[in-house]
Amino acid sequence: LRGGEVSKMAGADGDDSLYPIAVLIDELRNEDVQLRLNSIKKLSTIALALGVERTRTELLPFLTDTIYDEDEVLLALAEQLGNFTMLVGGPEYVHCLLPPLESLATVEETVVRDKAVESLRKISQEHSPVDLEVHFEPLVKRLASGDWFTSRTSACGLFSVCYPRVSSTVKAEIRQHFRTLCSDDTPMVRRAAASKLGEFAKVLELEYVKSDIISLFTALASDEQDSVRLLAVEACVSIATLLPQEDLETLVMPTLRQAAEDKSWRVRYMVADKFSELQKAVGPEITKNDLVPAFQNLLKDCEAEVRAAAANKVKEFCENLPEDNREQIIMTHILPCVKELVSDTNQHVKSALASVIMGLSTILGKDNTIEHLLPLFLAQLKDECPEVRLNIISNLDCVNEVIGIRQLSQSLLPAIVELAEDAKWRVRLAIIEYMPLLAGQLGVEFFDEKLNTLCMAWLIDHVYAIREAATCNLMKLVEKFGAEWAQNTIVPKVLGMANDPNYLHRMTTLFCINALSKACGQEITTKQMLPVVLKMSNDQVANVRFNVAKSLQKIGPILDSNALQTEVKPVLEKLASDTDMDVKYFAQEAISGKSFPITEYPPESRQHFYKIFIDVQDQLVNV
Amino acid sequence: MMGDRPSPPRAMSSAATTAPSVDKVDGFSRKSVRKAKQKRSQSSSQFRSQGKPIELTPLPLLKDVPASEQPELFLKKLQQCCTVFDFMDTLSDLKMKEYKRSTLNELVDYVTVSRGYLTEQAYPEVVKMVSHNIFRTLPPSDSNEFDPEEDEPTLEASWPHLQLVYEFFIRFLESQEFQPSIAKKYIDQKFVLQLLELFDSEDPRERDYLKTVLHRIYGKFLGLRAFIRKQINNIFLRFVYETEHFNGVAELLEILGSIINGFALPLKAEHKQFLVKVLIPLHTVRSLSLFHAQLAYCIVQFLEKDPTLTEPVIRGLLKFWPKTCSQKEVMFLGELEEILDVIEPTQFVKIQEPLFKQISRCVSSPHFQVAERALYYWNNEYIMSLIEENSSVILPIMFASLYRISKEHWNPAIVALVYNVLKAFMEMNSTLFDELTATYKSDRQREKKKEKEREELWKKLEDLELKRGLRSDGIIPT
Repeated sequence: LRGGEVSKMAGADGDDSLYPIAVLIDELRNEDVQLRLNSIKKLSTIALALGVERTRTELLPFLTDTIYDEDEVLLALAEQLGNFTMLVGGPEYVHCLLPPLESLATVEETVVRDKAVESLRKISQEHSPVDLEVHFEPLVKRLASGDWFTSRTSACGLFSVCYPRVSSTVKAEIRQHFRTLCSDDTPMVRRAAASKLGEFAKVLELEYVKSDIISLFTALASDEQDSVRLLAVEACVSIATLLPQEDLETLVMPTLRQAAEDKSWRVRYMVADKFSELQKAVGPEITKNDLVPAFQNLLKDCEAEVRAAAANKVKEFCENLPEDNREQIIMTHILPCVKELVSDTNQHVKSALASVIMGLSTILGKDNTIEHLLPLFLAQLKDECPEVRLNIISNLDCVNEVIGIRQLSQSLLPAIVELAEDAKWRVRLAIIEYMPLLAGQLGVEFFDEKLNTLCMAWLIDHVYAIREAATCNLMKLVEKFGAEWAQNTIVPKVLGMANDPNYLHRMTTLFCINALSKACGQEITTKQMLPVVLKMSNDQVANVRFNVAKSLQKIGPILDSNALQTEVKPVLEKLASDTDMDVKYFAQEAISGKSFPITEYPPESRQHFYKIFIDVQDQLVNV
Repeated sequence: MMGDRPSPPRAMSSAATTAPSVDKVDGFSRKSVRKAKQKRSQSSSQFRSQGKPIELTPLPLLKDVPASEQPELFLKKLQQCCTVFDFMDTLSDLKMKEYKRSTLNELVDYVTVSRGYLTEQAYPEVVKMVSHNIFRTLPPSDSNEFDPEEDEPTLEASWPHLQLVYEFFIRFLESQEFQPSIAKKYIDQKFVLQLLELFDSEDPRERDYLKTVLHRIYGKFLGLRAFIRKQINNIFLRFVYETEHFNGVAELLEILGSIINGFALPLKAEHKQFLVKVLIPLHTVRSLSLFHAQLAYCIVQFLEKDPTLTEPVIRGLLKFWPKTCSQKEVMFLGELEEILDVIEPTQFVKIQEPLFKQISRCVSSPHFQVAERALYYWNNEYIMSLIEENSSVILPIMFASLYRISKEHWNPAIVALVYNVLKAFMEMNSTLFDELTATYKSDRQREKKKEKEREELWKKLEDLELKRGLRSDGIIPT
């Protein structure tokens, strides 16, 4: 469908008269920001009502003229206009969208400006090559030579989208503009240019990468402001990827070496953070000669931030080393630094290392792992910071593949036990979440012997989130070890809690039954679990009783119809005439077999919320 | 965003590693628990982990040598003081640290009382010594969310030396013999730029010294003034639009306050632009409370210089009016009252409509401190006189909210204040007041009707969109 037809259609419907632009503009001008915002968000609807022609001739000029509004409204407008091409009549009219977006690209607020640039980049693709030169490129030039820094920063993001599709004269102009902005006297503009340097380099012809980009790169990388220098590091990755190997040494490496030893830790941090990308971009030879020593320095940096960033890259860096002498490099150059980091003074460094160090075992193989890495793992398992221990435990699978987990299990156990009893519930939660993984790797015997007690202890934790996670953990364990195992080891203990004096523990029994019944199957559910649930329908606490109703509904599908008719139904009927309103409600829900969303509570059930409140209070007291 | 800076992991300083005892307390450690820990201190990265001990050869005291030899010895001492020590290592070089401290002390006294010491050769050496000591890469910030009421600032470890260096530099700048014409060769743009970067120091003592230093430099080096203003501009813009983090905003604003005070009239376009494009947007920053007093002072200074700036300033504040932060809203109301205290009646008339629409919204805020702060305007005699002069405009704007709050607000103190305001309005313009009371109901009904019409309009538009969307095979991107 072409634009003209849409507008004809609007005419045929007589909609034009129905929705005079004045009314719509009134909406866009409403005093209430929220209403203005709503209207802007539905700008496409307005444009549709007006048809393409009036959108072009009336709506867009209005929008262009009245751009002084709350940033929130402007942001919505900038976003909308990026999707407006069809609404103004398709690609041949897309340039109509440029004036309002140009104004938006000059406002102060970064978020708005960035969105306007994003939309401009988007619609640039819809311009024909001719329109690009006639309409789009002049806009970029205007922005690039704007008075205030905002328009110049916006321009930085637009060069790369028009460069590939314009004539060589215009290309030369664009390169000149970019050069100018790279040496702008406002650091904001230089930062914007530096952050787009890599992107721009990618669309340039190789000869210009060498002649133009390298000098800009070198200049930005030695800028007086570290915030500019660090952005040049990012560009370094793209530039190095574009250049042939033989040019890297002279064109890129001096700058990169300088960045790795920059006096500002922010720049060094950036180098550490981008290290894997840099490594890939410069290739194996330079990696061996230059990056290895640089990486060693970063791992020994005086700022913890830098060390942590580098520690995070240890595994990736080692993995990507050239295979022929990978092991030798790691053993003689990297491992000594890693050893030191294990006892770093800063916990973030240690924990960053702990999150990747296990990965080294697959690279170094069994013997090296046992001789060199294992002592480190064991030390970290005893680290004072729980995050370090957790990170080791969560990556056990890598070691398991190489040396088998048994090597570790003696040290593993105390570490797990200590984390399981950590004072911070989030730490306890984290270790619970690794239990199924650990159980799988340690095997059922080890588990029964050492870890089962812990799993059961979590069921009576004083924090609800832990009890909930413990319940879910049991379900996963049963899925792993099977119903028979469940029947022998955990079901009796879970059912035993039904007689606990604390009603929260009694409820935990019900929650466990909800979670386990499916994995345990009909037999166990009917014979062992159901009687306990039914007995609990006489509990004196209403919360337990209505959870009985919920549990019955949940396990219903697993039971056979006989049990349902003879045992479940009478109990539910009894609960349906309970004195407590909520018990009644959930019993009736269960009888009618409706499944209901958790958040939907019976209408006037204030009492229910009261009960939740009590439960929350109970938890707070326990904390 | 433009500046893709690394956001380094939080809370990292070797001094701040969590003590195991704190771990055991509980997951919900309160800030005040953390506060009980040792005072944090930090030092620039470049000094750390240097192995070799530092040796300085002790020199005689300046007062013990003949006056003719003093300038020479002064230079030697300056050179010695270029040596920088690692203060994070509290055990290393103790003797030499003490020697440098006493030398610096001697230098401070010397520049304060001596005459004829400032030879032309001394200037580069002084600037070199100061640069070597104070210019350094500031270490990573320890606290991403610095809360001045709860958190202790991180203190600079090398302060025992640093303080004396600053002290010395200020005495040098203030010395009667000091000649800016010679010094400007060494105290140049690069020097100032590095000095400005130090304002991000977390140590309030250092920022205080920096403030004095920069103020003296601005006063004595006319050639650097424009540059200093421009760089402060850049720092603020970066602070507002990129990082929201810079420790020295309050100090820089304080300096600007006195700079603005000295602006000649008529104001240059550059200065007006600074007001509208930099100072006003500073109000949007989350940590406004840390520098609001200084900012409001600057704004009022501008308005006292040139009252015609009132309208853009107030419109700017209205544009950036806080939407969710009541604490900031109270600050805005405070600043607005300061502005209204100095406003000219002719300017008031220009902005009264948008202004009182906002005040009317504040008055009906469910947050009683916001409502209360706005209602206090009616205790201000000057503002009252302005309202009275323009009651025919302001009363209709305010009436609906006041009337509604007088019946609905949960806080009795607010209701009482609103009654007083209504009473004041009644006395001011009783005819209009009665009229508004009479039409209150029908006005509300008219509003409701309009609301309904709007809903219908949008509903029809949406139907249309749906119909079109169907018929045109989804040409409309959704």
